[in-house]
Amino acid sequence: MAELALGTARSASPTWRRFKDALRRHPTAIAGAVVLILMGLIAIFAPWLGTVDPQAVEPVKRLKPPSAQYWFGSDMLGRDVYSRVIYGTRVSLVVGLAVAALSTFLGLAIGLITGYLRWLDAIVMRIMDGLMSIPPVLLAIALMALTKASIENVIVAITLAEVPRVVRLVRSLVLSLREEPYVEAAIAAGTTLPRILVRHILPNTVAPLLVQATFVCASAMITEAILSFIGAGTPPNIPSWGNIMAEARSLFQIAGYLIFLPGIFLSLTVLAINLLGDGLRDALDPRLARRM
Amino acid sequence: MTVVAFFVFSLLYLTPGDPAAVIAGDAATTDDIRRIRANLGLDEPFLVRFGGWVWGLLHGDLGTSIFTNLPVTRLIGQRVEPTVALTLCTLLVAVAVAVPLGVIAAARVGTWIDRFVMAFSVLGFSVPVFVLAYILILTFSIELDWLPVQGYHNLSEGLWEWLRHLILPSIALGTVYIALIARITRATMLDVLSQDYVRTAQAKGLAPAAVLVGHALKNAAVPIMTIIGIGIALLISGAIVTETVFAIPGIGRLTVDAILRRDYPIIQGVILIFSAAYVLINLAVDLSYMFFDPRIRY
Repeated sequence: MAELALGTARSASPTWRRFKDALRRHPTAIAGAVVLILMGLIAIFAPWLGTVDPQAVEPVKRLKPPSAQYWFGSDMLGRDVYSRVIYGTRVSLVVGLAVAALSTFLGLAIGLITGYLRWLDAIVMRIMDGLMSIPPVLLAIALMALTKASIENVIVAITLAEVPRVVRLVRSLVLSLREEPYVEAAIAAGTTLPRILVRHILPNTVAPLLVQATFVCASAMITEAILSFIGAGTPPNIPSWGNIMAEARSLFQIAGYLIFLPGIFLSLTVLAINLLGDGLRDALDPRLARRM
Repeated sequence: MTVVAFFVFSLLYLTPGDPAAVIAGDAATTDDIRRIRANLGLDEPFLVRFGGWVWGLLHGDLGTSIFTNLPVTRLIGQRVEPTVALTLCTLLVAVAVAVPLGVIAAARVGTWIDRFVMAFSVLGFSVPVFVLAYILILTFSIELDWLPVQGYHNLSEGLWEWLRHLILPSIALGTVYIALIARITRATMLDVLSQDYVRTAQAKGLAPAAVLVGHALKNAAVPIMTIIGIGIALLISGAIVTETVFAIPGIGRLTVDAILRRDYPIIQGVILIFSAAYVLINLAVDLSYMFFDPRIRY
């Protein structure tokens, strides 16, 4: 994702050069990016990858182990697991990316403003502290229990659970950035507040936020799977990795592949994102890189 | 902070969808739904219900389960033991494994031990609890037949049986926690090891182990304790999943059942209990800073 965005700006800016250097030093990050692009392609081209309708039920062919016809076997309703897993890629990627984008955007907006307005800061941070005192997955479960199951609601629930941490990060960045000489200079020069926020503060929060966004994305995918697995996530009529595994819960002793195949896809994707995130952090924040 | 947490909860919880409609089912008429709502007191104004809930809370009453008509406190009370046993067991083992791993990785930075710990940590973050749980069950219970597949035994039924049923769940639940603690331990240890007083200690000829534990680890303890506290969130959400996979009759299992039945008072109570535990543990962690760093006073 980030790579594509940066790739278009093919200037020799220091950030871009550092980024390329880091990628060379971190082959694992490249591997992560490759896997991620592959997953993206799988999600986009799902209908053309030899899949059949993931919802098509064939009761005669229930619980067939993996074979030439059913690459990943079939489930207890006779649905083709390969097609379901391939289509499930869409759900995971959409949820992961949407939550990462939404919570970064929301966290950025709230964090920027509260970092600058003292009176608002006190109120908003108390609310955030309150939200943070509920473990994130638990908060998402609570929110999902209140509304009906849908992908949109899953995204909103996980976003609300992740936002407080992003706000924290942005706020701490803003609090240190506002003491920087160039910001003081801008204030002295009579620059308006919105302009200071957008032109002077915002650009300096991009790098840490990008790193944070990758980790939010990874954790959102796992949370989606957990929610679906315990029956509080994506509605059962949509094939998501979590749903496939949830349906196989009682069958795993006779049909373990129903759990392991989606499990491998999920773990691989999350691993790829984490590796990419580690590489990004090394590239964009050399000071932190040494320690982590 | 606790007060705020409780406030946020109640706010979340008193604006639910419509449990009455869920209980009544698809075939219910509008009248049925209205009757159920009146029975449950759901038709009263927001502030009345909010007041009633807080009042009950102050008296140690979390309401009554919609589905079973039993008090929520009793339902939770019956399920506390397995969850506490599981999380406590995991917590102890995880800290005992993760901190030494992190310390060794930091002491031998750049070597294969370090790489191994880091690789393990990234993997630990990436494999979801339930996938790992099923891999463990398949290997150790079904293929090797060393440990029980599922279930839970009370401590009163014998220590060995109790422990045997906790081994796999604890490993499954603990892995991500170990990954997190080991990673932070390594990072803070690397920071501390580059400090002047560590060089002084080494220069005056102290044994490497004494420097590592007595000087470095003690000074790295505060961030490590912080992450142990924050990581409890992982244990709590992981416990819900782990109990489901291993069929352990704990609070997590209760939560999942309650979600499937839309039994709001139980969900409400469980979230409250879990969050209260989370806040209290983190308060204890804050207080423990005084022990590790005498400069910190409250």
